[in-house]
Amino acid sequence: MNLILDIAWTHVRARVRQTGFAVAGVATGVGFSIMMASLMQGSQDDFTSRLVNTLPNITVSDERRAPPPQPAETFYAAAEIHGLTPEARRRGIKNPLASMAALEAWLPGEVGSSVKVQAIIRYANHDIATNVIGIDPRREAKVSDLPKQMRQATLTALYRATNAIVIGDRLSDKIGARIGANITLQTSEGTRISAQVVGFFHSGVRQIDESTAYVLTKTGQILAKQTGLINELRVRLRDPMNSREIAERVERDTGYKSVSWQEANEDLISTFIIRNIIMYTVVGAILLVASFGTYNIISTITHEKARDIAIMKSLGLSEFTVRSIFVIEALIIGVAGAIVGFVLGYVLCLALGTVEIKNPFIDSDHLPLAYSYLHYLLAGTVALVSSVAAGYQPARKAARLHPVEIIRGAT
Amino acid sequence: MSAAPQQTQTAGAAVALPLIEARNVTRILSGVVPTTLVHDIDLAVGDNEFVAITGPSGSGKSSLLYLLGLLDLPTSGELLIKGHATARMDEEERAFTRLTLLGFVFQFHFLLPELTVLDNVMLPMRALARLSRDGMKSRAADLLGSLGLGDHMNKRPDQLSGGQRQRVAVARALANEPPVILADEPTGSLDSKASEQVFQVLRDLVDKHGKTVVAVTHDVSLAARMDRRIELIDGAIVSDQALKGSR
Ligand SMILES: Nc1ncnc2c1ncn2[C@@H]1O[C@H](COP(=O)(O)OP(=O)(O)OP(=O)(O)O)[C@@H](O)[C@H]1O
Ligand SMILES: [Mg+2]
Repeated sequence: MNLILDIAWTHVRARVRQTGFAVAGVATGVGFSIMMASLMQGSQDDFTSRLVNTLPNITVSDERRAPPPQPAETFYAAAEIHGLTPEARRRGIKNPLASMAALEAWLPGEVGSSVKVQAIIRYANHDIATNVIGIDPRREAKVSDLPKQMRQATLTALYRATNAIVIGDRLSDKIGARIGANITLQTSEGTRISAQVVGFFHSGVRQIDESTAYVLTKTGQILAKQTGLINELRVRLRDPMNSREIAERVERDTGYKSVSWQEANEDLISTFIIRNIIMYTVVGAILLVASFGTYNIISTITHEKARDIAIMKSLGLSEFTVRSIFVIEALIIGVAGAIVGFVLGYVLCLALGTVEIKNPFIDSDHLPLAYSYLHYLLAGTVALVSSVAAGYQPARKAARLHPVEIIRGAT
Repeated sequence: MSAAPQQTQTAGAAVALPLIEARNVTRILSGVVPTTLVHDIDLAVGDNEFVAITGPSGSGKSSLLYLLGLLDLPTSGELLIKGHATARMDEEERAFTRLTLLGFVFQFHFLLPELTVLDNVMLPMRALARLSRDGMKSRAADLLGSLGLGDHMNKRPDQLSGGQRQRVAVARALANEPPVILADEPTGSLDSKASEQVFQVLRDLVDKHGKTVVAVTHDVSLAARMDRRIELIDGAIVSDQALKGSR
């Protein structure tokens, strides 16, 4: 009712300084919640998008998670054989073309084949362990962003020389190799070839840029000493968020170990969860403290206004009406706090956005921030709910007040 | 819920259905030492009466008025408003009864300091919400005008004199046209001139508007100018008599 609002407003307006502090408390809570949420979300989004765009969504490798079932087990139910290790020697994915075709028949995405070999890159007194991946440059665009991440050359440069190689920009910085440099690749099985650097790539994920190199599939197979070897299928899905489920199905269908990007980065993802728990705890504590301020001011007003409450009740205003007055006052503080907090949060985000940083995982020079109306909605809702909750108890107490006791005392 | 209509003969006036009726009402404050505020009160107040409640300080005058006005509840006995037993009403119903049937004027004006005079008078109307906003405004303005406060409607209570405030309180008590006005020493804090003005307002309510006014006073000369006088000593009614020739 209008009357409730009017009276509530007169109370609040008459205490600009006190309510100002309460509003400032709520606003600080809301502002910092928004800032923290957008920072957390921003860095998380930024990191996941880099992961999703840089790495295949699903990697199917020629490993198996469990040793294949032994004949004794298939024939005799009682027999169980333990202690077998999955085969160490990688023999590649059987019939890679057929497997790819089979996957592409149902997968909502694209499949590319590659051969992955561990090798040491030698150049100018530097020895660096590297993942050398043999790819088909014409198919690569379908399964990764590598073609877009190329620097100083396109991926087709791999066709330009025999044993051409593209290396990560950080790797090139480490060994000091420029375009045209001849480097040596050596595997643990003793293969040794020489390759010519034809380009660099920059994925933005430090670990990849430091230790990955791409060659043609054929070069990779030479390095692995196995003609026709394909030991990895790389899948890119239309919706990368489905990777987990689809990876499971791929693994069931093919028997090959299929790792989704989420599984490959399980540690990081659980770090995000811990970060979020910390964030929500801190934000919750800030808003809780802010609601103490609201509780305080509403309690104070109900004490100062005890006589007015008695008057209103003696005139015949209902308990509900009187209670509503003070709940509305709390709500006014909550709404004002939320609005000021929105502005504060936005300004804090803008300010943070200008801060330059060095991130050990990714190489953006500014803090990644996510601007989402959801953060505002969430912080605002929590602020309103906690304000009303903080105001309700003193309001209820005030509304229950017996007018006679106060009128007796006052006359 | 409602008691059967009763024929009650009172000293002041014969009425078919008393506006307020107390039957054997006792109010004891519980505590370490229980205090009896009033006891064994039998009383009926009908239409268009002007009742004075007198007695020495501490005799329970205010306590009785709070009981009659449903601000306090009897420890035992029954209180009826227009024949309705109030004991079984819940808080909400009692509040509504106060809002519609009873108007209060206290010794101290008890206006809300943040609201203007006009808004104070409109407060009970807005709580009842029967009139349009404009209807409330014009009714409040009329009331204030008739009490000689037409020029002060937009002031705040602290900008008025004591007598003016008390008349605003009367206007507020009349806001929802209750049949009964209960006043606790309405002139107690006023000088003789202001006191006379307020008394005249109450007198007019009875004579010209057919209201019933029950007023606590310890001013004997003022009590003598009312129509009926109830005297309390130590929480009990010791006399209840019509005053002849007061009109
Ligand atoms: N809250 C209370 N606790 C204890 N005793 C009380 C309380 N309120 C009132 N009393 C006592 O009850 C008795 C009646 O009080 P009440 O205020 O009704 O008297 P009164 O006739 O209105 O007096 P006055 O003329 O001074 O206003 C008094 O003796 C008073 O001391
Ligand atoms: Mg008194």
